[in-house]
Parts: sequence; structure tokens; C-alpha cells
Amino acid sequence: MSLPLATEKPVFARFWPAVWSLASRELVRFFRQRTRVIGAFGQPLLFWILFGAGLRSSFQAPVWANSLAHPLTYQEYFFPGVAVLIVLFTAIFSTISIIEDRREGFLQGVLVSPTPRLAIVIGKLLGGTLLALIQAGVFLALAPTMGIQLGLLQWLAVIGWLSLIAFALTGLGFVMAWPLDSTQGYHALMSVFLMPMWLLSGAFFPGSETGWLSWLMRLNPLCYGVAGLRRLLYAPADIQASITFPSFGLSALVMCGFAAVCIVLSVVLVNRPSVHNVR
Amino acid sequence: MSVTRPALQVDDLTYRYGSQPVLEHLEFQVAAGEIFGWLGPNGSGKTTLFRLLSTLLPIQSGRILVGELDVALHPARVRQCLGVTFQSPSLDRKLTVLENLRHQGALYGLTGQVLRERIAAVVERLRLSDRLRDLTQTLSGGWQRRVEIAKALLHRPQILLLDEPSTGLDPGARLEFWAYLRELQQAFAITIVVTTHLLDEAEQCDRLGILHQGRVVATGTPTELRQSVGEAQLTIQTPEAGALAAEFSQRWGLKARVLGEALRIEEVPNPEWMSECLRDYGSRMTSMTWGRATLEDVFIQRTGHRFWEAADVPAARH
Repeated sequence: MSLPLATEKPVFARFWPAVWSLASRELVRFFRQRTRVIGAFGQPLLFWILFGAGLRSSFQAPVWANSLAHPLTYQEYFFPGVAVLIVLFTAIFSTISIIEDRREGFLQGVLVSPTPRLAIVIGKLLGGTLLALIQAGVFLALAPTMGIQLGLLQWLAVIGWLSLIAFALTGLGFVMAWPLDSTQGYHALMSVFLMPMWLLSGAFFPGSETGWLSWLMRLNPLCYGVAGLRRLLYAPADIQASITFPSFGLSALVMCGFAAVCIVLSVVLVNRPSVHNVR
Repeated sequence: MSVTRPALQVDDLTYRYGSQPVLEHLEFQVAAGEIFGWLGPNGSGKTTLFRLLSTLLPIQSGRILVGELDVALHPARVRQCLGVTFQSPSLDRKLTVLENLRHQGALYGLTGQVLRERIAAVVERLRLSDRLRDLTQTLSGGWQRRVEIAKALLHRPQILLLDEPSTGLDPGARLEFWAYLRELQQAFAITIVVTTHLLDEAEQCDRLGILHQGRVVATGTPTELRQSVGEAQLTIQTPEAGALAAEFSQRWGLKARVLGEALRIEEVPNPEWMSECLRDYGSRMTSMTWGRATLEDVFIQRTGHRFWEAADVPAARH
């Protein structure tokens, strides 16, 4: 067998092999850690069953639910919210691994490679997105039990929309995790920022159209993510837009912008050589 | 006469953490195909140098050339020329050896048949074929080190950078590792740059640079460096090093260097003198050693510190 020679012309890095390799690594690692599978999928499912049962009697359906053909139960209202929670948890677990990768030394091996920095970001985000899609997709297969019937086109649209939410949330997780040295720090940010962001997205409760809460919801990009998902699940029902339930066009615009900002910030962070990145 | 461009050239390299200088005005060249070692105690700046060479830290002042490429201007192209092995493992512990190698190949743009051939070549060279399906977290330190090197060689780099390569290896594995390194240097015609704080590891290099508090204090082959401080040294261990140095100076006009509880004499008058010294002062000594100069002697002569004490000098902490 011929040995490699240092004098041979080097092959310069290509973008997509690196992206796919980084993304598929996420999938392999995920399925080799059974506790992660249980954590990301089991907790939201339990939330859905327990909260759905517990809050059934005290739930007051939002005004937009009047446009639906059937009365909206809390379990049904909470259903898209749980799908988004699964995506959020997956994004969190996927990006918290950046801190572990740095601590275990894996990250420095990636950073000294000629892989374009954008490929490092996209690879990570794609891995998180695929994981989120697998889990949220399995959960959304329960839609018919809620009386939500989806056609093929609707399914494709829902998957596309979930991909956008997952890409944006993984990007947000990336921006938050990159500067941190400890997973404890990330857990703190998760508690005070990511979970409230989900709670105020219209996923857990409808929220009012006036007051300070409505302003927080209006400023929360995830509110547009949840609204877009609801609109796709109930398409073609014509539901009037409001502050806590924005139109699909506005939702798409905000989510695309949010994802783009997160990607740009991630690339800026990765591009910055720093002593922080080395062990 | 043909002039061969050095594989690695560093000009006036300075690096600071805040206001604290870690490397100051470093200048050196590494010839193609040689094993060059940077020897220094902890805190001497060698890890910072390694990080600058491997493009992990930005160059603040000075210049690093890899072949013709300026690291600051062409980081991506320089990265393609380098194979980097870190002190701490950079393996994904949840992946198998083969998966780690495939991933590494993808990061360097290698796919398909080319990647398979490259993996087969490095696996054969590093005798890893029985371990390919093992998760890297199940491998011993020596095997993990071997996988690290296989990763670093996959894309056929021109320069292999190794940071403290013997860390975590027992003495037997260390010897075996260096035998491999020699074999790789010859088989791959590769330039190897090593940082180390181990004197015996430094002895294995073709050429050495000694770092102390961010400055180069000596360069040369290990033999040249040892010869520069004299053929042999006398070391006396004694709790009264200062007192004995003064007495030797007064009685024989001898220059003796005091290093903690040791007395170092570079020029011994004659063999008979040692018997006389032992007879008159032996009761005040713990031991007296006469031997060939070591790299530590070189370090002591150039810095005034013992090698292992140098890490405790406040200015050297980074």
C-alpha cells in the first residue's frame, strides 16, 4: 500500500462534506445517549398529558378559536405548544454540547481544520434541526387524536415550518452556548431566558391582547413560530390576526429574520480566534 | 547553490494576554523534514506558541510563515498544511475510531474512495486496524494518542504539530511513541514540531529551542546545546549550598552556582580535587554527582533557574 506523501498537492476543504459530517455526528451521538432521547421527548410528552388533564376545566379558549369547526380543548390548544417545546429542548441539548465539545477538546480539532466557519455553524444547526424534526414529527403524528387532520401538503408545510423554528432556536442556543465555559451557566440562561420565552409564546396559555404581557409576546420571536404552526395545522381555516396570534406572513418574516440574525451572530462568534476556544 | 525555504519561519513574534507578555520577539526557523522541539517549563509560553502556530490564537505582532503562506493572511490554506495533535485529546469519545477518522477526513474535504484509501493507509501505518470499531472512550491513553496522530496525518499535512505528545503516557509507551514518530517522519517525509516540558523527550528531537519566560534562551541540536555548557558537570546536593560555595571560592577560587539546595560546578580543577573535597566537606553533603552535561544544565546556565523551579518564577505564570 502506498504511503501518503507530504509533497502531494493538498485537497482544499469543501463545504458540504464538513456540514454533513458535523450534522450526522449530532444524530449518532444523540441515539447513543439513551437518556437524551428520553429527556428531549419524554418530558414534553408528560407535560402535555399532565397539564392537558389538569388545566382542562379552567381553560378559556382564545377568541380566534371561534373560527374553528369544533370547540378547542386545552389539550388541543397545548398540542402545537408541546411540539415547539420538543424543538426547544432539542435545540438546548444540541447546543449545550458545544460547551462539552470545548471541554473535551473536540472543538479545537474542528477549529484548526480548514473547514469554512460557516460550515461549522450550519453543520451544528442542521444536526439540531434534524433531531428536532424527528422528535417533533413523531409527536405531531398524534394530531389525528386531537381531531386535527393533515393532508400531505399540510404535512410538508408543517415540517418545513418546524425546520425553520428548529434552525432559529438551535442558532439562538449556539449564540448563547458559544461564549460560556460551563453547562451550569447554560442551565441558568435556560431557566431565566429560554423557558420564559417559550411560556410567553402562546404555547402554554393564550395571553391577553392588552397590557405588558401582550408587549412581551409581541417582542418574542417564538410567539410568531407558535402562531405560524397553529395556522398551518388549522389551514385553510380563516383565522383573524391579532397581537398574540399574528398572521402567517408576519410570522414567516419574523422567523426568517430571527434565524438569519442567529446564524450571522454564530458565524461572527466562531470566526473570532480566542483563547476561550482552546483547552 | 539552491536555497531551500524553511518549512516554518517565525519572525519577531510577540503575544500578550492583556498587558502580560507571554512571548517576546521570537525568531526561529524549522527546516523541512526535521523534528524540532520547543522545550520549556510550564508557563514558559510554549503552549501559547503552539496555539499561534495552529491558528487558534490571532497573531498580535510579528509573522508566522508556513512554507510561503502567512498564517495571518491565509489561515484556511495554512490549516490545510498542518496536522495538529493537542495535549488534551480532540477525539469524539462517543464515536468509534473509524467514525472519528471519517469525520476528520470530511473536515479536510476528503470523501469517497480517496477518504477510504487515506484511512486505510494511516490505519496500517499506525497499526490501528484491530481498533477501528472501538469507541474511543474505551481506548487507553497510548491508543488514543495514536488515533490522534492518525487523524492529524489523514490529509497529508506538510507539518505535524504536537503539543506535549507524551502527556499521559507511561515511560514504555513514550519510547514506543517516539519510535513511531521517527518512522512517520521518514515514511511521510514530514516536518514535526513538538512542544514539551520533558527533558528526555527533548533529547529525541533533531533540533531544539529552549523557551523561558516567553523568550528563546538557546537553540541547537541537543548535542550542541549540551556541549555549549561544557563536557561534564559536578552537582553537589547540600543543605549548606551557600556556605559551601563561599568556602570553595575562598579556598580554591572556584565558581560554584547555588541552585536551592544544590551546588553546580562547571569547571572542576582535576579528579584529585574531588577526593579532597569529599574528604573535607563530605559530611556536609547529601550527594555528589559527576556526569555529562544535560539539557537541564543548559537551561540552568542560560536562565539561572533549575528547570522545575522556573515554572514558579512569578513572571513565567500564564
